Amino acid sequence: MIVFAAMTVSNKNIMRSIIYLLFVLIGMAAIYFMIEFYFLGAVQLTVYAGGIIVLYVNSVMLVEKINNPLPSAALWRRLLAGFLSALGIALTLIAVWSYDFSVVTENQAKEISIEDIGVALLGYGDHGYILPFEVISVLLLAAMVGAIVIAKTNKQKEIANK
Amino acid sequence: MISGISIYEILTVSTIIFFIGIYGFVTRKNLIAMLMSVELILNSAALNFVIFNKYLFPNELGGAIFSIFIIAVAAAETALALAIIINLYRLIMSLKTDDLETMKY
Repeated sequence: MIVFAAMTVSNKNIMRSIIYLLFVLIGMAAIYFMIEFYFLGAVQLTVYAGGIIVLYVNSVMLVEKINNPLPSAALWRRLLAGFLSALGIALTLIAVWSYDFSVVTENQAKEISIEDIGVALLGYGDHGYILPFEVISVLLLAAMVGAIVIAKTNKQKEIANK
Repeated sequence: MISGISIYEILTVSTIIFFIGIYGFVTRKNLIAMLMSVELILNSAALNFVIFNKYLFPNELGGAIFSIFIIAVAAAETALALAIIINLYRLIMSLKTDDLETMKY
């Protein structure tokens, strides 16, 4: 997965880097399945690997010649970014490995089912998430309307320009 | 919990993917490629939510639900950003960040 992630950000061909991104997302879904969050793994596979990757592929095909190599940044910039990223990785890993997580090992009998997630999403009690659920639905609606508006106004302006 | 894999190892993987995403975001010069780096960052954050939920609080649901929210927000963000990028390409016929100078024409 790490190798695929590195290939995603370093490959010169944008189509290939999209496919490597797809592999990373599938690996994430595999981790979700391994820790028995089946619903989440399924959502990851459908929304990310199914939807978002297709969006990327379509938009790349619409806007660019696929064979054009991507322009890469200047060498000093790449070195600086690599150095800072390595520094960040080192600091975060030191922090993570020196912290003593109180991992719960026993009492793993309860498996989270889709029913539990649905009840929790729509519950308004102690462990209910009705408010973020509503907020996210409004956000999705706003994003959809926004995308339509962006596409439409520009098309009208283009026609006016012609 | 995966038998034989500790929380530290999975956190290591998600940390490395997060910083690879940051590296890509800084070094890429193409808008779509930058957006893909953002996807990497969001995915590692969602993985962290789920891992903490599973390993530390296995009887609760908060992490799983919030990573569902992260996935929904990422989908909305990607759709909007790609709409903007395609329109931008119609305007200036380029996707390189160096060519983007105006925010409104």
